[in-house]
Amino acid sequence: MRRHIVTMTAAANSGHPGGSLSCVEILVALYFRVMRHNPRDPAWPDRDRFIMSKGHASPAQYAVLAEAGYLPAEELPTFRRLGSRLQGHVTAGKTPGVEMSAGSLGMGLSYGIGQALAARLDGRDYRTYVLLGDGELDEGQVWEAAMAAAYHKVDTLTAIVDRNGIQNDGFVKDILDTEPLAEKWRAFGWHVLEVDGHNLAAVIEALEAARRVTGRPTVIIARTVKGKGVSFMENNPAFHGKAPTPEQLEQALQELA
Amino acid sequence: MTTTGTAAATREALGPTLVRLYQEGLDIVVVDADLGVSTTAREFGARYPERFFTVGVAEQNMVSLAAGLAAAGKIAFASTFAVFMPGRCFDQIRMSVAQPGLNVKLVASHGGFTTGEDGASAQAIEDLALVCALPGFHVVVPADVVEAAQAIEAAARTPGPFYIRTGRPKVPVVYDESYRFQLGKAHVIRPGTDLTILASGVMVYQALRAADLLAAEGVQARVVNVATLRPFDADAVEAAARETGAILTVEEHQAHGALSSLAAQAAAERFPVPMRFLGLDRYGESGKWDELLDHFGFSPPAIAAAARELLARK
Repeated sequence: MRRHIVTMTAAANSGHPGGSLSCVEILVALYFRVMRHNPRDPAWPDRDRFIMSKGHASPAQYAVLAEAGYLPAEELPTFRRLGSRLQGHVTAGKTPGVEMSAGSLGMGLSYGIGQALAARLDGRDYRTYVLLGDGELDEGQVWEAAMAAAYHKVDTLTAIVDRNGIQNDGFVKDILDTEPLAEKWRAFGWHVLEVDGHNLAAVIEALEAARRVTGRPTVIIARTVKGKGVSFMENNPAFHGKAPTPEQLEQALQELA
Repeated sequence: MTTTGTAAATREALGPTLVRLYQEGLDIVVVDADLGVSTTAREFGARYPERFFTVGVAEQNMVSLAAGLAAAGKIAFASTFAVFMPGRCFDQIRMSVAQPGLNVKLVASHGGFTTGEDGASAQAIEDLALVCALPGFHVVVPADVVEAAQAIEAAARTPGPFYIRTGRPKVPVVYDESYRFQLGKAHVIRPGTDLTILASGVMVYQALRAADLLAAEGVQARVVNVATLRPFDADAVEAAARETGAILTVEEHQAHGALSSLAAQAAAERFPVPMRFLGLDRYGESGKWDELLDHFGFSPPAIAAAARELLARK
């Protein structure tokens, strides 16, 4: 997964490696352990929904879709190229397995509520997962949605916050500090779990625990490291939206070997 | 087929039409941002509370939530006032609805300045330009309550995103029940050969009265109700240009970005003729809706005067 991410962004000479590397374990847990889905039938009505609200983490989404069998891995180098199914930001209708178009932040939680309420009306038992960035939490719409999800008791909805502490222009704490984050979600009526977002077993355990919560939605605050796995990208705001150079790619691949 | 002598607000069509369509088997759901009494969407919610989702005063959440419902197969309606939708949630309409082309129906009431006493903040005169700029969106401005009900039904039965603008005041009903709205087709509501008045919404009635005044002077004005702005009926504009030689547009909106611009573009491409555009190029103010029509230059005599000036350029 991480090798895909750095290779894709280097090949495109653009894209967002930092926030893609931070959510790898979350995606692996969802696609390989937790979600009910079928790569041969991406439109299966009973599939669990995964909504990538932080749409710039498209390299991570495409990498996991390739590993899960939605796409051939050979297609990954077309990322961001003219005619590719792998658009710069995740785009519904372009890529098998992508549920929602994103790229303007803050919309995924609302969209996820809609998917979950439709399941309730239709008597379907699929679950809906929404991945949010922590910079994304600046958007007021997220909190509109947070209130609505609790009010409508959407307990089949799980939000995961990729709490990597960095947004476009720098560290979250220096731009708009969102702490105390867990208390905020609790005050909005959510069941809150906090985990080390790079501990795969812990992430799986939290996602499984969320399934057992009734009467309210669950948010998993996953403490992560932006750029995780590549020494010079880790906790470095410069790699939010910048691709590695060919030399940096070589080093990154060595570190990830 | 002119006025039936009764008056009704176009917004009154929403609730009853949604109830009827759901009873006919359409998989309708409604999301509401705390104005459901005014938009009449609450009439659906009162009958089917499990299919009516309140989100509070939160238009951004409303639109993306409706998109999620549509993505799961529902015919998702969202309604509030036209100043708030698209005004407060344009990015959500663009990203959550327009780009994926989802089956979301935005019904925005209190369109235009005839919203009246609430003043400029509540008077949408930019909404149509915003939604007409979205590729693939259907945009409809019904002339009266009869057409509004049929436009809402057409939206429910036609896949893809819609914006339907309704109005607050009770205005004259121009169509009887024999009228059949056709999505994407302008309707020649009064024949004429000397010039054409293209109108939308409440201005259709005003244009008909202006045509009466012109007829008394021997001028036969064609009046065309251009209810569907997107997709635009360029054929109707071309026919008007070829057959009447002059076109006046009248709309409850700025005189650019909606009917005026679409008609000018169609005529310029196909058959240029002298044109004139009546709209509101400033912000409104408080007043009774019919007083405001007169105040801002949309009375039948004012429209007739604009038509005479245009005729002089033919």
